[in-house]
Amino acid sequence: MTDRQQKILSLINKVTKKSETPSPDESLFESGYLDSFALPDLVAELEEAFSIRIPDSDLNPRKFDSIERIESYLDQRG
Amino acid sequence: MSAVLGCEPEWIRSVSGIEERRFGGEEDTVASMGANAARNCLSAAGVEPGDVGYLICSSGSAERRFPGPGFEISHALGCAEIPVLDLPLASAGALVALDLARDLVRRYQRVLVVASEKMSTIAMMEPVERGVSMLFGDGAGACLVSEEPGPLEMVDSLIAADGKFANDLQLPFGAPLGMNGRTVILQASRKVPRSIEDLLSRNHLKPSDVASFVMHQANLNLIAKVASALGVDSERFFANIARYGNTSSASLLIAASEWLQTSGIRKNEHAVFTVFGAGFQWGAMLLRGT
Repeated sequence: MTDRQQKILSLINKVTKKSETPSPDESLFESGYLDSFALPDLVAELEEAFSIRIPDSDLNPRKFDSIERIESYLDQRG
Repeated sequence: MSAVLGCEPEWIRSVSGIEERRFGGEEDTVASMGANAARNCLSAAGVEPGDVGYLICSSGSAERRFPGPGFEISHALGCAEIPVLDLPLASAGALVALDLARDLVRRYQRVLVVASEKMSTIAMMEPVERGVSMLFGDGAGACLVSEEPGPLEMVDSLIAADGKFANDLQLPFGAPLGMNGRTVILQASRKVPRSIEDLLSRNHLKPSDVASFVMHQANLNLIAKVASALGVDSERFFANIARYGNTSSASLLIAASEWLQTSGIRKNEHAVFTVFGAGFQWGAMLLRGT
């Protein structure tokens, strides 16, 4: 896991209050790791940790469904 | 409901806050439930149906395409030959209707807003999806918007919509309700607090200045999330979803009625009504105790 993926994982664990380590390509929703009500908190944490503003039009849950997908979205945002 | 859906009552309670709900009988229609709520409303206000100048009815569960239930409600009440406007808007409908009534009242003096939903027919349509069906209940509410003084004064309102999400919460003809729950929660969690803050800001108020919030009763967890985003205690958000479930557009008026009867509001205290629903459409209304 890259440093950036580790940082994303730490944010996921912060909002879910869990300590497991899902694999980077594992669906966070399907595995039950992340639920609908933790997702808005994760988005807020990502905005703060990576100093970005995620517009509502980008808030597609699929973009945040795995550590890899979150990393990919952050890459697109530069 | 848990027996029908094959799940534990505790699961329903934990994911939605719902403990019970009401389902109308076969003889109950959107119009008949709406007429009952409207009669109670007019009786409480001491206004005769013949003195109503305009009727708006919100329902996402009307039994036919046209005419909408508002016409039957107007007839059942014995209103004069007044204009009727049906809004097929579901969850956000009651606040959109109140927002319209705020302007229409200058022309028509007394605007009766009714929101009525028979969601049981929709929730139990096959194939039943547990995560959707467990949310809904039947109900109706009504509110008279008048130029004469009442318990609340409408101060300002803000309605917004984004059709990009039109397919994320929809009821197609002849098919079950389709809901992308994650998208609904994610968008509502952001848009509702922002809407409230924008409305309060332009009225030189902060969330902490508001005595009570009454929100569309979609999900108790969502209500708590909105309260948290605003930095106010959840206790300031009136909630009765535990007893009625999500009654779509009716929920705001049912909750507002019970809030007024139980908690109430003092003179010059502020309250905020807020909604989020299909479209997506969302908004907030600032009110003041008189």
